Amino acid sequence: MIFLTRRATFSASHYYWNEAWTAEKNEAVFGRCANRNGHGHNYTLEVTVAGEPDAVTGFVVDLKWLKDVMEREVLAGFDHRHLNLEVEEFGQGKLIPTTENIAIVAWKRLEPAIRKAAGAQLSRVRVYETPEIFAEYRGGE
Amino acid sequence: MSGSTTKAAKAYFGRRYALSASHRLHVDALTAEENRAAYGKCNNPHGHGHNYVVEVMVAGPVGSETGMVINLVDLDRVVNERVVERFDHRNLNLDPAFECKVPTTENFSLVLVEILRDALPEGSIEHLRIEETENNFFECCGD
Repeated sequence: MIFLTRRATFSASHYYWNEAWTAEKNEAVFGRCANRNGHGHNYTLEVTVAGEPDAVTGFVVDLKWLKDVMEREVLAGFDHRHLNLEVEEFGQGKLIPTTENIAIVAWKRLEPAIRKAAGAQLSRVRVYETPEIFAEYRGGE
Repeated sequence: MSGSTTKAAKAYFGRRYALSASHRLHVDALTAEENRAAYGKCNNPHGHGHNYVVEVMVAGPVGSETGMVINLVDLDRVVNERVVERFDHRNLNLDPAFECKVPTTENFSLVLVEILRDALPEGSIEHLRIEETENNFFECCGD
């Protein structure tokens, strides 16, 4: 089994806020991330797929194809956007766009496309919020 | 919060910390020649230093209220208090953890897992990785 990883970057803004909580509790738990004017990051998205190299091409998947899937499913909707305001999964009262949830949402967007088209399976989605902070989702519960 | 389809999802949160420290690789049980053969330049008598990067990865369910595996502020407090303040700009050989143990980066990673295991939620450490240089790194599991 070979694991193949492709990286891409996107820049987006967000803030953390739980509508069910008071302003004081949001500020206590989320600190500066609760500033409702938002702030931004240069994110890095790392997508790892697992599979066997094709007998003819020697590819697990075609990297250009994977790049296009990432672009279509994730980057087109996330890059230079406000995640809370412009990405459906993070709308008001829905998921908070933490790094963990961004990884989960990216997985859910990517997995059906990869499952349908490739002889490989999605293994891991890792999202770096900064070079020092990242979250990862490997599917399942 | 809605989003019930993902509220119990297990995810991983990673954080990287920098610390600079010196060490010397030397074992009293070996002769001078054997130490030299085993550790090479790392056995030089006065030690040397590295800019270490310690990567801590924590696993757990994503909290339905917070969207987090662990609050970064809590993780930072634990790692800064117990690891960075203790080892940054220090000589590892002089720390009690290395009184009877050679401070290879393998052993350093095991020492740090032991320290953090006591301070973080039980079973939550997925891995601890130490980069000694850009080209050398060591990783161990939390259990």
